[in-house]
Amino acid sequence: MNPRLTQRIAFAILLICTLIVIVPVLLIVAMIIKNGAGAISWEFLTTMPRAGMKEGGIFPAIVGTLYLVFGAVLFALPLGVFASVYLTEYARDNYFTRLVKLAIVNLAGVPSVIYGLFGLGLFVTFLHFGTSIISGSLTLGIMILPVIITASREALDSVPRSFREVSLSLGGSKWQTIKRVVIPNALPGILTGTVLGVSRAAGETAPILFTVAAFYLPRLPNSPFDQVMALPYHLYVLSTQVPNVKSSITYGTALVLITIVLLMNLFAIIIRSRFRRRKRW
Amino acid sequence: MAQIEVKKLNLSYGDFHALIDIDLSIETRMITAMIGPSGCGKSTLLRVFNRMNDLIEGVNITGQVLIEGNDILNHKADLIVLRKEVGMVFQRPNPFPLSIYDNITFGPRVHGTKNKKILDEIVRTSLEDVLLWDELKDKLHRSALRLSLEQQQRLCIARLTAVKPKILLMDEPCSALDPVATQNIEELFNKLKNEYTIVIVTHNMQQAARISQRAGFMLLGELVEFGDTRRIFTAPADKRTEDYITGRFG
Repeated sequence: MNPRLTQRIAFAILLICTLIVIVPVLLIVAMIIKNGAGAISWEFLTTMPRAGMKEGGIFPAIVGTLYLVFGAVLFALPLGVFASVYLTEYARDNYFTRLVKLAIVNLAGVPSVIYGLFGLGLFVTFLHFGTSIISGSLTLGIMILPVIITASREALDSVPRSFREVSLSLGGSKWQTIKRVVIPNALPGILTGTVLGVSRAAGETAPILFTVAAFYLPRLPNSPFDQVMALPYHLYVLSTQVPNVKSSITYGTALVLITIVLLMNLFAIIIRSRFRRRKRW
Repeated sequence: MAQIEVKKLNLSYGDFHALIDIDLSIETRMITAMIGPSGCGKSTLLRVFNRMNDLIEGVNITGQVLIEGNDILNHKADLIVLRKEVGMVFQRPNPFPLSIYDNITFGPRVHGTKNKKILDEIVRTSLEDVLLWDELKDKLHRSALRLSLEQQQRLCIARLTAVKPKILLMDEPCSALDPVATQNIEELFNKLKNEYTIVIVTHNMQQAARISQRAGFMLLGELVEFGDTRRIFTAPADKRTEDYITGRFG
């Protein structure tokens, strides 16, 4: 066959595959915006739900999601960063370390409902935290740990060896080198990974289902041991458990949720591109 | 007076015998050049003096290296103290992606200097050491990555003199520079040798002949010949040295 023709066919197939990937994403976003934009108002964002969630706003669910995400980061970021520093800088490269690294990568693929059940068993029941913000945050934190550790390890590995050598050759201790040279230079990569993990945590339903999420709780929490409403679970409830909800409320909730997640991803992209511009070694 | 005394030094990585029975003594406030084809072990030898080989797993070192009478190979040797005394300049200029000021104060800060006035003073004297002060005194808070390669390498030397070492180890410090920059840096070495003991590793024989007072020729992990630079280049005692410096191999 004519090579120019085969080339055309190949490009056409590649283009079609790309379109098939993009179209559903665009459709989802377009549908949600079309059906949900009408519901968005200051009142919708800042008031309590009323009349069995059929009216009013989603304020407690927004606040609940932000609390959960904040708690998850508070727990997972230091733990993840320190663990990855240990793995890249201190741990010897042997069979056991490689196994640990592999296990962490695989943890990222564990279904989120498993994390939910684990959180129920460990935090809610065994540690007696009850269904509470703290149980939910810890569960989400554990879920995003592998993401943070994997991203942090990559970021730490990409700090040039010469930086470490210089610091050591000037008489810096290994810890000073890590603290003053390695971590600062890896920070943008670490933060990008964290934001991506967080945006995943913000959207998950299963891990919070058994550990924190309230079906209907039209008030704000008083302590970390309170239950809260959360956007993904609220969306699930609206769509399946409550009859005769105006579809604009459901779609409006979905719109708020994806907006939060997309904004976080955008934030991660901005951090990364700023870093790229600065990085010239 | 000898500042570094090496006695029967052997170094191997796994099965590879990188340094074989090295004996040598390096004198204070002189430039000692180590020459030889790549892979001969000259950089490895240099990295013994500040124990940078420790970063590589599976290195085995025997023998003695005395710096001012202390055996630095002793496992109890304090590497932080050693590396403060024995600094290193690397092949490629490698400033941190920080300002000029922060690059120079990195070392002093690591060693506990916090006083802003003292740090300012160190920045000034270190840049004066490398003849960059007049050029850069108004640009101290610019990124060091915006300097030319020659300026970057000078800055790296200033970053080193800021911790006031006694010995400067130079690992092919001009190999990334153009001839003019190389000449300028060589002039700088000439000035620095009044205050520091300098050991330089170079694959550039002319450079060794131009700047050093003592020279050693290494081949396949052995120190073939060591002595006065002029004698090594005019009347080498060993056939292999003669073959190398006359360009018969290398």
